[in-house]
Amino acid sequence: MKLTPSKLEAAHATYSAEVPAGEPWIHEVRKGQYLRIVDLQGNQAVDTLFYNAHDYADRYSAQDTIRAQANLYLTTGTRLISSGGNALATIVADTCGRHDTLGGACATESNMVRYALAKRHMHACRNSFLKAILEWDQQRPGRILEKRDIASNINFFMNVPVTPEGKLTFEDGISEPGKYVEVRAEMDVLVLISNCPQLNNPCNAYNPTPIQVLIWEAAGE
Amino acid sequence: MSQDTLWEEVIQPGATWSHVLKRGTALRIVDTEGGANAGAIFYNFECPTERYNMPDTLKAQHIARLTKGSALYSDMGRVLCSVTEDSIGWHDPIGGASDAQLVTKKYGEARYQEHRNAFHRNARDSFLVELGKWGLGPRDLTPNVNFFSRVDVSQDGAMTFHPDNSRAGARVELRAEMNVLTVINTCQHPLDPEPGYKPKPVRLVIRRVPPAAPDDVCRLSCPENERGFILTERYFQ
Repeated sequence: MKLTPSKLEAAHATYSAEVPAGEPWIHEVRKGQYLRIVDLQGNQAVDTLFYNAHDYADRYSAQDTIRAQANLYLTTGTRLISSGGNALATIVADTCGRHDTLGGACATESNMVRYALAKRHMHACRNSFLKAILEWDQQRPGRILEKRDIASNINFFMNVPVTPEGKLTFEDGISEPGKYVEVRAEMDVLVLISNCPQLNNPCNAYNPTPIQVLIWEAAGE
Repeated sequence: MSQDTLWEEVIQPGATWSHVLKRGTALRIVDTEGGANAGAIFYNFECPTERYNMPDTLKAQHIARLTKGSALYSDMGRVLCSVTEDSIGWHDPIGGASDAQLVTKKYGEARYQEHRNAFHRNARDSFLVELGKWGLGPRDLTPNVNFFSRVDVSQDGAMTFHPDNSRAGARVELRAEMNVLTVINTCQHPLDPEPGYKPKPVRLVIRRVPPAAPDDVCRLSCPENERGFILTERYFQ
């Protein structure tokens, strides 16, 4: 796997926030800006969606992204393609090497199917997504996001290989403390993150931990 | 026609079809000529924000292909429909849909004005037009299934269209576990290397079927599906 460190220094970032496990993060990133997500303690799944900031119907599409590059895994060079066929962002640095976009986000309902009917009470990414978009509507009246806007997402730092026999396997993470992935926004985008609270499988090493989110201005600014 | 059959019809090459497939019926899709692709998306007709969910379908069953025994899950932990018959063993749930840009680049422009109903159509726009008839729009687009197509994934993730996956007469049957708004088009698979615009037709057979029995192959194919069927049955209780 090819690893690509970034040349950007944390000291020059214009925004930095730590997102605890089980919390969402929603933020606009302008065209040309860089967004880095740091897996502070390792093996933490970061469920992420991108929207065209001016048209939320034009949003991240997992199938269009993997179809456009004819490859299942996301890493440096991957263009994150929208449902309208536009590049939302490009992965420009990646010290983890491989990210998933087939596994989707956990939900209370899918947890009941996958683990046990009694798991309904457990916190899940799609509850975090819904909470974040409700709050976003209060911050930006009229810019409404609903459940139907929660498309199939990216799982940064998650390792979900497909076998030649067509099996989907959830492998131990290949991420480690301090690994990061960085994207450059190719248009003004709204970024929606759920720092995954899943406790039923190894995607967070059974111990969900915080992440850091940093933003740098566009090159030359 | 067997006595359970309600009706049959054909989706012409490159055309689109939609129907609310009722619980208690099944849809058989037949690749009459071989090499067809039937792109499909599914919604709970009573509440269309509940819809086919690719990741939930794949991760519940640890699969990256669909075949007999597979369940197609909604985002609400319920089974929209399940694959009760399959003569070929592999249908693609990951390769997605073509769009106007891809079709023009691969096959060139062909407008209705010059080509009449042989004009070039793409899967994305076809889905959107059909969804519009049910009051749904771009925000309701969701990852689709491609029946009769297969995409192989190598160890490094490279995706390759598998040639000759489906021969003439191949068939797959979907049993509706809910009342499912089903949208299907026969546009070519987006990764099909065929250089010409050559979509193929499929024949549809809609028939009455009994509900999933306690020993049903889809229900028992994994413990996850047993729970998925329980949650689906509770919805109707």
